[in-house]
Amino acid sequence: MAEASASARALPAYDEDVVRWFALAAIFWGIVGFLVGTFIAFQLAYPWLNLPVEWGTFGRLRPVHTSAVIFAFGGNVLLATSLYVVQRTCRVPLFGGPALAAFLFWGYQLFIVLAASGYVLGITQGREYAEPEWYVDLWLTLVWVVYLVIFLGTILTRRESHIYVANWFYLAFILTIAVLHIFNNLAIPVSFFGAKSYSLFAGVQDALTQWWYGHNAVGFFLTAGFLGIMYYFVPKQAERPVYSYRLSIVHFWALIFLYIWAGPHHLHYTALPDWAQVLGMTFSVMLWMPSWGGMINGLMTLSGAWDKLRWDPVLRFLVVSVAFYGMSTFEGPLMSVRQVNALSHYTDWTVGHVHSGALGWVAFVSFGALYYLVPRLWKADRLYSIRLVEWHFWIATLGIVLYITAMWVSGIMQGLMWRTYDHLGFLQFSFVETVEAMHPFYVVRALGGVLFTAGALIMAYNLWRTMRREVREEEWLPSQLGALRVARPA
Amino acid sequence: MADLLPLFKQLWLVWLVLLFAGIVVWTMWPGNRARFDRAARIPFEEDR
Repeated sequence: MAEASASARALPAYDEDVVRWFALAAIFWGIVGFLVGTFIAFQLAYPWLNLPVEWGTFGRLRPVHTSAVIFAFGGNVLLATSLYVVQRTCRVPLFGGPALAAFLFWGYQLFIVLAASGYVLGITQGREYAEPEWYVDLWLTLVWVVYLVIFLGTILTRRESHIYVANWFYLAFILTIAVLHIFNNLAIPVSFFGAKSYSLFAGVQDALTQWWYGHNAVGFFLTAGFLGIMYYFVPKQAERPVYSYRLSIVHFWALIFLYIWAGPHHLHYTALPDWAQVLGMTFSVMLWMPSWGGMINGLMTLSGAWDKLRWDPVLRFLVVSVAFYGMSTFEGPLMSVRQVNALSHYTDWTVGHVHSGALGWVAFVSFGALYYLVPRLWKADRLYSIRLVEWHFWIATLGIVLYITAMWVSGIMQGLMWRTYDHLGFLQFSFVETVEAMHPFYVVRALGGVLFTAGALIMAYNLWRTMRREVREEEWLPSQLGALRVARPA
Repeated sequence: MADLLPLFKQLWLVWLVLLFAGIVVWTMWPGNRARFDRAARIPFEEDR
């Protein structure tokens, strides 16, 4: 507060230490998550890779992969970008100061370590994307409330009268995840010093609570939060304001009003009442509107500047991510239709769908944001190598194409084999025959994972050299660099 | 007031749709155009 008056004209002293830590953590956990994912993909293709210890099996490692990529990689990217964006669009430093921010950082990393170590030891609630047991849940609740206090406090003390739309998406993500996390994890521990607990809900109510949580983890963690990234970083990298600010407001409220109802589509043809299944399906189909509104808004931001895509691979990451957002949110409502779901559910089609969203949308928009942030946070003139970003882009894109096409073919084949009858009315294929038929696709999927991970390793190398403020000799015209060159305030 | 509560709860969908319609009208209101055009420029004013 003392120095605030002295710098009435100068820029506020943004708290960027914590953003740097979160960015580093995101890169580190991203690579861990991609490596584990690739390993378990090979485990499915070659079962002998299931090591002869409990913690080396697919069942224990799968939640390590999902939590590492969603909560450790995605979560740290969201924390890094949200804390960066909220300061700059509100033009004030973080509320609560560096100490509270440091607690948020270390508290969140402790949550990740507690969750992951629990999984390999077999401590799990068995709720998808909410596997951590009660003591980890309580810790995350505390950390998350601190996050909300910092973020909301920064907005409330802002020096900009309007709250920029990216902050709306981030705030919706923080608030909704808090509510979802608390209600889905209502549980009674078996003993005070034991890890085991039982859910407060039973039967179909328990299932519905879990998928109300599970789908909105997709809707508010992996969508709303990353849309906050889109609405700040796409305009910044394209060097032009968002195509339609008014569309962004309608996009926001339509998403908020609709997403929360979509969860029941995970429970088609179960004990859940029919009307609830149809409700979930209907709201999922309606989600086409905000999804495509948002995609159009992101893509059209480039209108008049499409030539930038030829030179700027960072912008290409961001734009292709928005295209994947449109594609996977077209596919999702389609799969939520009960008759389509009858074919797709429990097959690899679901896995392919999730990864077109996770690799194409979430990871690509995160890579774009990291490539934008690191030179600015570490005060470099530009990225170490723009050519290496090109390499990352094409290797990762090829990896995604291999992954999702393999899973689509495998999933639809699997679903069709399960429902094939012979002329006497018996099932044509035994289950193990369907597993055998999937083997080649599992190999292709694992190769896709290898490529995607290789791309991320290239990024880590490039960003590490950037942090050391090194610049590789590459021929770029100044007009081609655009936002790739860090502008310094005069 | 207590009598109105069941009615309010029963028609939740209507209220939420009306609320959303109100937001859309407010957003598209011609008089608000300049304000939103300025808001879109916020990310480019941070270094000034």
